[in-house]
Amino acid sequence: MNTIRKNDLLLIGLGIVVFAVLQGMMTEGLIGAFWKLNIFIICINIILSASLNLINGYTGQFSLGHAGFMAVGAYVGVVLTTNFHWPFLLALVAGGAAAALLGCLIGLPTLRLNGDYLAIATLGLGEIIRIVIMNIQYVGGAAGFTGIPHLTTFPWVFFVMLFTLIVVKNFVNSTHGRACIAIRENEIAAEAMGVNTTKYKVIAFTIGAAFAGVAGGLFAHCFYIINPSSFTFMQSFNYLIMVVMGGLGSLTGSIAGAFVVTFISAALASWPEFRMIIYALALILLMFYRPQGLFGYIELTQIGIIQRLKLKGGHK
Amino acid sequence: MGTMLQIDDINVYYGAIHAIKGISLKVDQGEIVTLIGANGAGKSTTLRTISGLLKPKSGKITFEGKNIAGLPAHAIVKAGISQVPEGRRIFANMTVQENLDLGAYARQDTDGVAKDLKVVFERFPRLLERKNQEAGTLSGGEQQMLAMGRALMSRPRLLLLDEPSMGLAPLLIKEIFSIIQDINQTGTTILLVEQNANMALSIANRAYVLETGRITLSGEAQKLAASEDVRKAYLGG
Ligand SMILES: Nc1ncnc2c1ncn2[C@@H]1O[C@H](COP(=O)(O)OP(=O)(O)OP(=O)(O)O)[C@@H](O)[C@H]1O
Ligand SMILES: [Mg+2]
Repeated sequence: MNTIRKNDLLLIGLGIVVFAVLQGMMTEGLIGAFWKLNIFIICINIILSASLNLINGYTGQFSLGHAGFMAVGAYVGVVLTTNFHWPFLLALVAGGAAAALLGCLIGLPTLRLNGDYLAIATLGLGEIIRIVIMNIQYVGGAAGFTGIPHLTTFPWVFFVMLFTLIVVKNFVNSTHGRACIAIRENEIAAEAMGVNTTKYKVIAFTIGAAFAGVAGGLFAHCFYIINPSSFTFMQSFNYLIMVVMGGLGSLTGSIAGAFVVTFISAALASWPEFRMIIYALALILLMFYRPQGLFGYIELTQIGIIQRLKLKGGHK
Repeated sequence: MGTMLQIDDINVYYGAIHAIKGISLKVDQGEIVTLIGANGAGKSTTLRTISGLLKPKSGKITFEGKNIAGLPAHAIVKAGISQVPEGRRIFANMTVQENLDLGAYARQDTDGVAKDLKVVFERFPRLLERKNQEAGTLSGGEQQMLAMGRALMSRPRLLLLDEPSMGLAPLLIKEIFSIIQDINQTGTTILLVEQNANMALSIANRAYVLETGRITLSGEAQKLAASEDVRKAYLGG
């Protein structure tokens, strides 16, 4: 318990320093509009990859529908702020809640499926959500929803990201988190130990969906217009790449994965067709040399050198 | 002694395969009962049905007076039955300690859990020496000990053991079986599934012989061990 608190404070402290530096550089004009947007996107992508990691990496359930939950949060959010003038925070929370509700409803039947079937079911779900939105005229259909107030600022994305990381980290370090990891390690043994496997799979899926919804709200309020084509299967696949590249079951990995993938996308913005080739090559290389991802199942704080430094510090 | 577990005429299917065809058996409090039979007879299926990993299509399973047939596995652990599954099924990427902690997952009494952890380490000193080792790197015998220790961490009143001797050297099998007797003597009732009928019959009070989903023989372990039919079929003549 104590170490959890200590690590949280450390994370918050570190976060505030990073925040202050970046914010300073932005106000001084050292970071241009292009990179500023990319920093926003990185923060949002960290929320998405960390929450997807909770489902795929920690609980071992292969979900491919993250963009769908993001779309739900985005559309609920923009309708509430644009048409109903809700405060941004409430709209974000409502978007997250809507995505969580959907995640829970869908999770109950589909999480009984395993492996490949779950991947297909969640893939289908993501596409259904997108197509349903495309056919709702109230939110602009395929043309998109316009006139969104530009409410997403750097403090918003940064601190929501920090909040997400702290929640996910504490969840996976709790008894509940250990139940999820036991399910990933060996579902039958977990069940035999008295872990209610269905319940925990649904919980992980619901929390993951909630944060995807919040991320969707933040994403949508970066722009004047959003449309369903921002939430295709390719997006879900992108988040999966972040999780796999960074390392399943590692939050440090989710952050690293979000960085790498966002940078590759930004650097290749003018040659989108190369992007998939680079991803594919990167993943193939990774599978050869580091199949567990950059940080498979470990956190930065668990790496040998840092552990030793910590121990030394403790002896002083 | 009173009846602890009573199974009445259960039928279990895997899709269209009728694996258990109307089995009835009982385990009294304090006993070691063994279920022996050839490969594919349905021994593991019976255990998995008791522990809730499989649901019987019909029939009754009564544990301490309550019908538990069809309850989910986690509810059955809470009721007081714990299983050491076939092939051990330990959490290979977790440490020995983390495996044991998960064994106590269903419990709330932290003090009792700490006490039982000490008892498990006393019973299996090798686990104590290796408590921070990754479970997947333990030897076969150590993994079996871990699986048993983990099951004991839920403080079961009835322990189901599925082929604890599988893949172990004769000397280690002896050790494991004497541990099983010891666990029984300290108050845990045991239902033991074995292919090693010789060993199983030597420590059990009573036995059931299972053949292709049906019980064909039952009785006191010593009498079965002496019976001509059993000797021929399961004890190598
Ligand atoms: N998951 C499954 N799907 C379909 N059939 C199964 C499944 N598990 C077991 N069976 C079948 O059910 C029957 C009983 O199997 P079970 O595992 O209970 O046998 P067993 O007595 O434990 O054998 P062994 O000593 O080899 O472990 C077998 O015919 C087996 O092929
Ligand atoms: Mg078996």
